[in-house]
Amino acid sequence: MISFPMASTREAYGKELLDIGRSNPDVVVLGGDLNKSTFTHLFAQEFPDRFFDFGPAEQNIMSVAAGLAASGKIPFVSTFAVFGMCRPFDQIRLNIAQPRLNVKIVCTHAGIITGEDGMSAHSIEDISLACSLPGFNVIAPSDSIETIQAVRAASEMDGPFYIRLYRTAIPVVHDNDYVFSFGKGDLIRNGTKVTVFATGSMVGSSLVAAHELATEGIDCRVINMHTLSPLDEEIITISAKETGAVVTVEEHYAHGGLGSLVAQTVGKYCPVPLEMVALKGYTESGKPDELIEKYELGIKDIKFAIRNAYARRS
Amino acid sequence: MGSDSDPSTKKNVSRTESPGASTRISYPPRIDELKVIAKELRRKVLRMIFVAGSGHQGGSLSEIEILASLYFGVMRIDPQNPDWVSRDRFILSKSHACPGLYAVLAQRGFFPEDELDTFRKINSRLQGHAHIKTPGVEMSGGSLGQGLSFGLGCALSARIDSDSYHTYVLLGDGECDEGQIWEAAMAAAHYGLDNLTVIVDRNRIQNDRFTDEVMKLEPFADKWKAFGWNVLKIDGHDFASLIDAFASARKHSSQPTVIIADTVKGKGISFMENNPAFHASPPTEEDYNKAMLELE
Repeated sequence: MISFPMASTREAYGKELLDIGRSNPDVVVLGGDLNKSTFTHLFAQEFPDRFFDFGPAEQNIMSVAAGLAASGKIPFVSTFAVFGMCRPFDQIRLNIAQPRLNVKIVCTHAGIITGEDGMSAHSIEDISLACSLPGFNVIAPSDSIETIQAVRAASEMDGPFYIRLYRTAIPVVHDNDYVFSFGKGDLIRNGTKVTVFATGSMVGSSLVAAHELATEGIDCRVINMHTLSPLDEEIITISAKETGAVVTVEEHYAHGGLGSLVAQTVGKYCPVPLEMVALKGYTESGKPDELIEKYELGIKDIKFAIRNAYARRS
Repeated sequence: MGSDSDPSTKKNVSRTESPGASTRISYPPRIDELKVIAKELRRKVLRMIFVAGSGHQGGSLSEIEILASLYFGVMRIDPQNPDWVSRDRFILSKSHACPGLYAVLAQRGFFPEDELDTFRKINSRLQGHAHIKTPGVEMSGGSLGQGLSFGLGCALSARIDSDSYHTYVLLGDGECDEGQIWEAAMAAAHYGLDNLTVIVDRNRIQNDRFTDEVMKLEPFADKWKAFGWNVLKIDGHDFASLIDAFASARKHSSQPTVIIADTVKGKGISFMENNPAFHASPPTEEDYNKAMLELE
């Protein structure tokens, strides 16, 4: 049995953003009355003149961010994923994506491990929405270490970003010497029988599942797909060819998420059996662990999908 | 469709000299000079929409004096250097009324006047709704209610940089049905953005019908006052009033200013004035020729 320490991605973000703000005076931060939850209050305390709270008025926030970016600033917008991607989608599309403005949307409380607040608060469409915007860069970091580097990379690259973080702590799957490479899949575990493509909070469970299946003789490769747009089609195609079957794992609705992206790539370049571990619909209130179990995103569900993919492999 | 690809050759479009372009004007221009410019801008708008075969003329005609006073009298801009960091910003929130904006940008020298005939055509920089690919256009628009927020971002940026540029945002009155306008109105007053001025083109007609029939806006000035704005109400076709109002807005401190400019939709063409049918339908050839005669 392998296990990982747990750490908060949103806290890692808030601290890194403060550090970025200390060296880059163009960075400004916008919030919607959730600034303690997103940890952007750390930036607000030190740089009150570069921090703007607009209350829960997300449509306004996104267009304001566009105006700031058009004037040479690097705005970071942070709120919960449901409020930062679903609510102001039109403003993001028109004011940020179409002119390709330099706005960084970093949302916390993604997925279903937000827990007790229930289905309205469970962001299960945000990857699909963000990836549907041509030219938008989309990252779902797999742990706190990767979060820090992804946020830093977004601050240094020109163009719009969506970064997806969580309320609760998630497994830390990387060492401190890990180097994040934007747009490139991260091979965490090598294997020959099945490739598991996992993203965000599900990378830790996927590694545990792969470890446990090794004793059954199913030697799994695990690739952390932290960048969802632009998609690393090369690593998907090569791994599909080399292992002959693939599984996708994500804390997101099956439609339009990692599973769809991998299926699109595999279908185009290298059709092989594919199984998806993803949400099948809307959820409910509950503890994060209970939701993961009931909605079939647990280690046993990942193992089940891997066994199926392996059985279908020719 | 092949034979329709260049309507300017098919339809009988008069290619008269542009009086505005050839007229030497003083800076700031005199009112009689602005009136000449306004007439030329209306001709450009009509021609653009007639040649394109589509476009929004009603709101483009009602905003002409507002645009002419800003671009020829009020704003600090450099057409040779449209991205000048300290330029005054103009945000057209009612982006469908871009023919008016394109006309004034061309007249002011941001791009060649010939390019106006490419409006809404393939490979053109002049999109059906304003996009930043056009020199001088600040915001990509097309969905209503977003420009005030965008302008608020520009105004905040000026404050952070201690830059003295002023941001102007033109809203349609029908556009004020959008909730985001009021989110932004509240925020601009909260941050005391006196470097931000809104002009509402109060032409009282929106896409389908009169604004009062679709959604009542009155008491409109009181709404802005209640949101913490400095409110001015003027005749939006009177240059002297417009220039006074812009000067007064620029001087006003600690509050953003809204100028409610009473206008006439379709202004300048007798049969288009105050007629909801001309919000977005292009003129027939007969209408076009009649209209151009009125603008001689």
